[in-house]
Amino acid sequence: MPDELSREELLEMYCQMVLIRRLEEKAAELYTAGLIGGFLHLYIGEEAIAVGACKALRPDDHLLTAYRDHGWAIARGLDPKRVMAELLGKATGVSGGKGGSMHLASAEHNYWGGHAIVGGHLPLATGIGLAIRYKEEDKAVLCVFGEGSTNIGYFHESLNLAAVWKLPVVFLVENNQYGMGTEVSRASARSDIFEKGCSYDVASAPVDGQDVLAVHRAMREALEYARQHGPYLMEAKTYRYSGHSMGDPERYRSKAEIERWRAHDPIERLASVLISHALADQAALEKIHQDVEQEMEGIVRFAQESPEPDDAALYEHVYVNPIPER
Amino acid sequence: MAYITMREAISQALREEMYRDERVFIMGEEVGVWGGTYAVTRGFLDEFGEKRVRDTPIAEGVIVGAAIGAAIAGLRPVAELMTINFAFLAMDQIVNHAAKLHYMFNGQIRCPLVIRTVGGGGRQLAATHSQSPDVVFAHFPGLKVVAPGTPADAKGLLKSAIRDEDPVFFIEHATLYQLRGEVPDDEEYLVPIGVSDVKREGKDVTIVSYSKMLQTSLQAAEQLSKEGIEAEVIDLRTLRPLDMLPVVQSVQKTNRLVVVEEGWRSYGVGAEIAARVMERAFDYLDAPVRRVAQLEVPLPYNRRLEQMALPQVEDVVRAVYDVLYRK
Amino acid sequence: MAELLTMPKMGFDMAEGTLVQWVKKEGDTLSEGDVVAIIETDKANVEVTSFRSGVLRKILVESGTVVPVGKPIAIIGSADEDIQSLLQAQEGMVPAKGEAEVVSEAEVPPTAGIGAVPEIEVGRVLASPVARRMASELGIDLTQVRGTGPGGRITKADIEAFVRESAREVPQPVVTPPPAMPPQPSVGVEYAVELVTPIRKTISRRMTESKQQAPHFYITMEVDMEAAVELRRQLNALLPEEEKISINDMVIKAAAIALRQYPRLNASLAGDEIHLYRRVNIGIAVALDSGLITVVVKDCDQKPLSRIAVEARAMITRAREGRMQAEDIVGSTFTISNLGMYGVEDFAAIINPPQAAILAVGAVRRVPVVNDAGELVAGTRMKMTISADHRITDGAEAALFLQALKAVLEQPMRLLL
Repeated sequence: MPDELSREELLEMYCQMVLIRRLEEKAAELYTAGLIGGFLHLYIGEEAIAVGACKALRPDDHLLTAYRDHGWAIARGLDPKRVMAELLGKATGVSGGKGGSMHLASAEHNYWGGHAIVGGHLPLATGIGLAIRYKEEDKAVLCVFGEGSTNIGYFHESLNLAAVWKLPVVFLVENNQYGMGTEVSRASARSDIFEKGCSYDVASAPVDGQDVLAVHRAMREALEYARQHGPYLMEAKTYRYSGHSMGDPERYRSKAEIERWRAHDPIERLASVLISHALADQAALEKIHQDVEQEMEGIVRFAQESPEPDDAALYEHVYVNPIPER
Repeated sequence: MAYITMREAISQALREEMYRDERVFIMGEEVGVWGGTYAVTRGFLDEFGEKRVRDTPIAEGVIVGAAIGAAIAGLRPVAELMTINFAFLAMDQIVNHAAKLHYMFNGQIRCPLVIRTVGGGGRQLAATHSQSPDVVFAHFPGLKVVAPGTPADAKGLLKSAIRDEDPVFFIEHATLYQLRGEVPDDEEYLVPIGVSDVKREGKDVTIVSYSKMLQTSLQAAEQLSKEGIEAEVIDLRTLRPLDMLPVVQSVQKTNRLVVVEEGWRSYGVGAEIAARVMERAFDYLDAPVRRVAQLEVPLPYNRRLEQMALPQVEDVVRAVYDVLYRK
Repeated sequence: MAELLTMPKMGFDMAEGTLVQWVKKEGDTLSEGDVVAIIETDKANVEVTSFRSGVLRKILVESGTVVPVGKPIAIIGSADEDIQSLLQAQEGMVPAKGEAEVVSEAEVPPTAGIGAVPEIEVGRVLASPVARRMASELGIDLTQVRGTGPGGRITKADIEAFVRESAREVPQPVVTPPPAMPPQPSVGVEYAVELVTPIRKTISRRMTESKQQAPHFYITMEVDMEAAVELRRQLNALLPEEEKISINDMVIKAAAIALRQYPRLNASLAGDEIHLYRRVNIGIAVALDSGLITVVVKDCDQKPLSRIAVEARAMITRAREGRMQAEDIVGSTFTISNLGMYGVEDFAAIINPPQAAILAVGAVRRVPVVNDAGELVAGTRMKMTISADHRITDGAEAALFLQALKAVLEQPMRLLL
């Protein structure tokens, strides 16, 4: 049995990856139709990281991510209907239609947000790690961000403080090779991001981000390390098939490059593992795709039929304790 | 009641709240071993230990960011930024995170943290260490911005800030730490955030101010009183949310208004107060509103030049003459 | 089912795109994800992919056309289905090459001239906002007031001084003989000349304005004052001289209670709006040697009778002595004029603009009345007449107001609640 996961768990992970991909494709369609506003950053091609990593998280562990967050929200167990509703700005969205695509969150899942200021959530994750140590809890924080964030001050301030205070934070870099359109080697003095951990005496390692089982295995170890010792820096090498966001001219890469990565597609890789270990046959996988297709219909219908937020929502949650201006 | 300094009052508030609530802790540069750059937390490390009195690296972004994270996870951090000038290094955390998370995630995230910091000029620290950019922080919905001008208010407001569920930016004034005043010993002594206070009653002119300039305004009022001019002095205490009611009521009575602030005049507290008075009490004004503020230059090191640029008692007195059409 | 392929939104700020090139041609088979066309946005060239499989049945726009986001560019369907209805729906809706969605300059709404130079009003009287408000409430003509502020700006103090002066200025007969050619009209009889005082000018202007603009109607009602007089006697037995309560104080309090029930009598007309005042501030007409002035008891609905009495007395005294303060005379929302002390049985007053109504109160008299048993006995009665502005209220409502007022005065313990 690969990776000590049961057949059911593996099939569930496969199903999640397919769902994430289909949801992203659908989101792109709804975006071009003008139903989704603002920016839309798709996770297609990177599904293995979220699914593998979230599988290793315990329910009471904490999660923070950057703005390419739809896949993470679904892998963390948020209701895909409410994720899609948020993209459409509906009252039923996970953030009540006030956050949008880049700002998904769910307190009940300890998922403290998609964050859209590059690197801005690394200090937050560090602080949650501090609270865990303060309260002497057996928990960890998973903080996910792109390789572009590792050149900003926050990365260094956060790794340093987490190391000084030995905080239980796993810093997970999704290195998809491009910070928007700038290739990693043109923006970072070191292209192997995990090596940056040594500056702060933070344990670190790379992982194949297109292999969901490898990600899961590495993340389980990293989380355990963090709980016991302190921060851990993991670099998942990956690739996004679609542009940085909708409307990306993609002048910075070739179609051939995308095709090379597609040859290592994370969903297909898990499919071949399942088949080679006789855990599923082609028909079973086909059935999963069909089920997901059906589920997607319900997701889109729910999002489209959901109500707009009330006018009153405009003024809600500016403060927990609003003080009326006299 | 005890007659103590502002420093002692703030220290008292922190100590009382740390005893009251195990979740309250302090973090910042030099808050522990050193005892605080302004000695506010002297003795705290011995009293509360390293867990609750945490020296940090010189890294304002992560000081505020980690405090936000700890608040999200249920603690009550009091993060100290050594001076308000360094708060600019944490501006993104203050503005894009602390002020936004509760709203953007539809109430799912709470940031009950206090950022204590120190502002103000007049100590020959030159341009980058002497600023009073209080209004910059007051610009953002989602933050509460407090700036006390008396020891009692400092204690009561800081305690309220620590107990508040929202992020509070708490601005102390570097030259007020030695100011003495009567401060209640009561551990439940709280001053509400968002309530302006009439510090001196008068009928002839209204002076609105806060923080250090409250003291300057009160001195001016004393001086004016000898000439038979009775100034009403209102202490805003909180810049956001701004409590205009006492100001409007006072202007309805005196019909004349002077606003005194230490920061620059452009886009300042005076501009805001004047605009709101125009909106709510236009028909009660008997003279144009006057603003007393810092001259529009970065503060210089040279003592004489520095004092020229900062508002003085005489500037307030002159502004009062102006609105009374005297001389 | 055939579907429209529309100009996609490729970026949050994209409003339109240029169709640069059709990659597929009509009749080509499409798989989901196939590139159908290339469009150019203001940022880049982007591929338009098909979200479904099928056949490219119809191209609706030529390459080179600028198309707004969301407008159809092609029809995708199965090979043989009828797309006629879809086509017809599009006819005339698709812009031809080069003329898409151009907004002509004439359609651009004119924006306000930011740099417009304000017209300078020649001869404008300088006055502070509070002075203007007071002058308007008191009906004072600002050109008559001397300003002592910078550049002659009229201040609150100047208005107060003006009001005091006016009140003190008793008309003096002019001793010089009339001119040889007396001003018109003349009836050929000798006369003494009295100059019109500022306060008289104000009364003249405002009363004329009221009578000309406000269609007045009048309703009179008689009140049994037996109980009120008795209550007053009992109260005053307990009170020192300076706090004693007058019949008029009781009428003020009763009116305030009734006005709360009939807010349209406590209102004013402002263009298309009737402003119903949230406060009940009752003006009391006070006769001075120089003319008439009203002092204002604020918030009569909130204050106990005893306080109304004390405040009214103080203000009336100050007015008679020419010492009234600005706050004494501004802000009234309803007026009461009482000529009872002159033995007047009943009269009608002119509304004090912009108020909706004025109450004229006559004397309390001992009169013969027929009681419930049909006997002729001595009773205590007072007549009140409301003058109301027909633009704001009607007879029935004014009558109901009087009834409410009468009810309070006839059960005067309600004045003490």
